[in-house]
Amino acid sequence: MSSLNKSPFLKIFLSYLPIFMLFFSVFNEFDFNYLKLEYFSFNFVHLLIFFWTLRNPDHLSYLAIFFAGIINDVVIGIPLGISSFCYLLLCSVTAYIRNITLTPNFIKDWISLLFTILLINSIQVIVLDLIFLITVDYMDYLINSGFTFLFYPIFFIIFNFLNQRISIQQND
Amino acid sequence: MASSRDDFVIAIRSAFLKKKDKQKFSLLTLIFLSFVVIVLSNFNFKAIQIVKLSINEAIYRSTNLISTPENYIKGLKKDFDQHMRLYETHNTIKIELENLKQKQLTNDFLEIENKKLRSLIDENIKTDEIFAKVLIDKESPYLKSVVLNKGSRDNVKIGMAIVDGVYLVGQIIEVNYSNSRALLLSDLNSKIPSVLAPNDIQAVVSGTGSNYGIIEHTQDEIDKNLNGNEIIAYTSGLGGLFKPGIPIGKTSTGLAGKINFFSDFTQLNYVKITSYKIGREK
Repeated sequence: MSSLNKSPFLKIFLSYLPIFMLFFSVFNEFDFNYLKLEYFSFNFVHLLIFFWTLRNPDHLSYLAIFFAGIINDVVIGIPLGISSFCYLLLCSVTAYIRNITLTPNFIKDWISLLFTILLINSIQVIVLDLIFLITVDYMDYLINSGFTFLFYPIFFIIFNFLNQRISIQQND
Repeated sequence: MASSRDDFVIAIRSAFLKKKDKQKFSLLTLIFLSFVVIVLSNFNFKAIQIVKLSINEAIYRSTNLISTPENYIKGLKKDFDQHMRLYETHNTIKIELENLKQKQLTNDFLEIENKKLRSLIDENIKTDEIFAKVLIDKESPYLKSVVLNKGSRDNVKIGMAIVDGVYLVGQIIEVNYSNSRALLLSDLNSKIPSVLAPNDIQAVVSGTGSNYGIIEHTQDEIDKNLNGNEIIAYTSGLGGLFKPGIPIGKTSTGLAGKINFFSDFTQLNYVKITSYKIGREK
């Protein structure tokens, strides 16, 4: 087991895992954002970016996030640049929180996530509906924001576990 | 007070401008870049269009490739379900076939009669069909669309109708060189001029973002006219994009305003891209 922990392959794999998950989510047809269930959807990409840029930004570069946003826009068919803009706004909030926080606190992060998601989804709705005249369902956005907020603790546990594994590998 | 404002400014400046060890670009640069992309993507300059089409081509192909394992698993599940329901399906189809054989005789006569009447008013409908495979059907809460493997090199044009069997599915909204994007009828932005049979009421079937549509722009007393009967929505042909009479969906008893689409948009594999020329025979 200890030899497995020191495997260079595992070390590389774990360090690139956040980027891999990000690109896999935006490229793949399977999407937590649309699970074909009425009144249920959450934005996995927002949770992923929020956690990793807040807790370990070295493993998720802003440039990768920018490109992931462009890919997401092309795949779901909305005007280019909107997702990138929203993802990077999410990053700016996490960067600000990181700068003003000495000791990370889960509850404060969670509440910040709610305000951030409401802000970026509002920006997306305004841009799509008022500027590009693409009709969107406000209720879908509200439900999506709610479930994204509620699902953060679950993904926090998973991502935190991964983050610890990455730190162990880095320190070995 | 001044100190707390200074802290805020320092934190903001640090968040937007400072680059961490492994970050090659500052956040402000990338936010500005994405803003530029949003603005530029809306200009119709040829250079921008070419870049946009190239990005679309590359990403659609990559998404299709990356989704291969997932699509394979989906296909396996579908095959397994079909296999398990084989006997039940066989019996249902046998009954349906018998009914259809009877209806066919009437339809043959109506078809000949229709042709005869069209020739009397010198009108014909010319249909061009292109068969296409669905590359990506990643639906989102924002836009219900599919990406098809035929593009401008196959003479696909914006506005062409997408048909699954005989049922209308949507229309082309974006054309790239080797692929195109079709907006599904279920999308909030989809509005199809329709005629409601058997009462011959003109209406518009609009998408709702869910797997059903709604009837809009009819007179208030539509419910009274329908008397709770089942109605079928066909394209009316108004606007000239679609030919009249393509089936869209039907309502259930008691739900006059709600249209259940005939085609299941989650199960689309192959579709027809069609264009119609309606006019007088020369």
